[in-house]
Amino acid sequence: MTPIMFNLLLRSLWETILMTGASGLISLVFGLPLGLALVLTNKGGIAENAWINGILGAIINGFRSVPFIILLVALIPVTRLIVGTALGTWAAIVPLAIAATPYYARIAEVSLREVDRGLIDAVRAMGGNRWTIIREVLVPEALPGIVAGFTVTLVTLIGASAMAGAIGAGGLGDLAIRYGYQRFETTVMVAVVAVLIVLVCGIQWLGDRLVERLDHK
Amino acid sequence: MNSIVTASVIETPQATAEAVVRLVDVHRHFGTTPALDGVALTVHKGEILGVIGRSGAGKSTLIRCLNGLERPDRGLIEIEGRSIVGLDEKELQPLRRRVGMIFQHFNLLASRTVEENVALPLKIAGVAKTERLRRAHELLELVGLAGKAKAYPSSLSGGQKQRVGIARALAARPALLLSDEATSALDPETTRSILALLKDINRKLGLTIILITHEMEVVRSIADRVAVIDAGRIVEEGQVWSVFADPKAPITRSLLSGSRPQLPEHIAARLSPTSGEEAIISIDMAGLAAQGAVFADLSAALPQSFRLVHGGIDHIQNQPVARFFIAVPMRDPALKDKVLQFLKARSARVEVLGYDTDHV
Repeated sequence: MTPIMFNLLLRSLWETILMTGASGLISLVFGLPLGLALVLTNKGGIAENAWINGILGAIINGFRSVPFIILLVALIPVTRLIVGTALGTWAAIVPLAIAATPYYARIAEVSLREVDRGLIDAVRAMGGNRWTIIREVLVPEALPGIVAGFTVTLVTLIGASAMAGAIGAGGLGDLAIRYGYQRFETTVMVAVVAVLIVLVCGIQWLGDRLVERLDHK
Repeated sequence: MNSIVTASVIETPQATAEAVVRLVDVHRHFGTTPALDGVALTVHKGEILGVIGRSGAGKSTLIRCLNGLERPDRGLIEIEGRSIVGLDEKELQPLRRRVGMIFQHFNLLASRTVEENVALPLKIAGVAKTERLRRAHELLELVGLAGKAKAYPSSLSGGQKQRVGIARALAARPALLLSDEATSALDPETTRSILALLKDINRKLGLTIILITHEMEVVRSIADRVAVIDAGRIVEEGQVWSVFADPKAPITRSLLSGSRPQLPEHIAARLSPTSGEEAIISIDMAGLAAQGAVFADLSAALPQSFRLVHGGIDHIQNQPVARFFIAVPMRDPALKDKVLQFLKARSARVEVLGYDTDHV
């Protein structure tokens, strides 16, 4: 591999990390409260509200149904509004975050829903209010699942970020498509795949260790 | 322990003690099926009340109404003289700090250490961290788990988990402790130690306890009074020993069947309702009636008049409760009536269950 290719690989790795990290963080910040809202407003939840639950569910399902490549293009006006341009790495973060947020919201919802109702009863019986239940019960008890779900989301984002090459975002996936696939440079392809494997394994390993430390069940 | 000490504390407890809980005509329906169908109940300060019933009898709904986890459709519920019906979630919060609760499955937070679990009610009440941890350690000492403060619940046994549950329920110095099948998930030995702990706390702190259970043994070992609930109604209520001695409702008899002597099945199976070689008679005596030498006297007055088939004397709340089955030979038809008369004169409740056709 030439030094130029090597530098390209490094730059692509950085772009992938940037896209995945930034959009992952955004999906955590918005997805977790959204997942929480789904659980709280669900039937039997502590803030049961069929209307809000139905509307949130429909919005989430709507975004999740659109193939990412379509979303990437459809969101161009929004991206331009937020970032100022529709091209490049930063521009890709917007559609990636918008796609990952509802995805992560559903994952967080599943973890939060599995918290034993008895624990909520116990804290209500102590005189706790809704906020206490969220802070002392739902989030801490679901935390291992919330973290494990975040790991899954990050790995999924690495895959999705390959498509962001379509709007010139760069990244490892884009490198593999343009050099490895379209120009038949097998070395590049193998190198990219190897880096991706290491990246995915690394994220998964970190996530698993964190879950292990958090899980006291 | 209690914050209100009035001048009238010289009064005897229970009968005249203030009511901690008062329920009048409480109804609660789930769909069309009534879970509570006109429940009336009063629990006095310092008392342990056992509420017993089969699963689905409404006992869980009843206990959950006492801290507002469940709301009645109508009726009056007073805790320490304050009506709690119609209070919203926010208004219920101060009340709930006066009422501790323990659960069948302990409901401890897996993400918190033992001391953090115990301190949680105080955290919710806004007590400073050092103070609530001090109180948590004091309570862990009380329940015998001082060495486990930093452990996580998952490393504890069932009995230890329930001890943590009890410590947590006591953290905010409640006036009333609700126990929702707290020993149903525990083995018999652990159950005994948890019940002993509850009794101890009741004595030491003068804490009023309401426990619901489907096991008569639980009621028997620690309750002062028992209320039997069936299909959402209290069908029988009284001092534990007197209910054990003379259960009136069929459901009470059925719940008691494992706790009091029963006529052995092979004998019951061959009883004839009309005639046989021996009359099988059940004898129930309690309190003073069970303290005399009844059988020795019967033997002296009417020699050769009976033989013992089965039975025994139990002691509940320090009162003897006796239940025996005797067989009286039928060769002299007058003998049976003489025996019955003798026993009735000794305040025993007697019943001719049938006639054994097959005794050798």
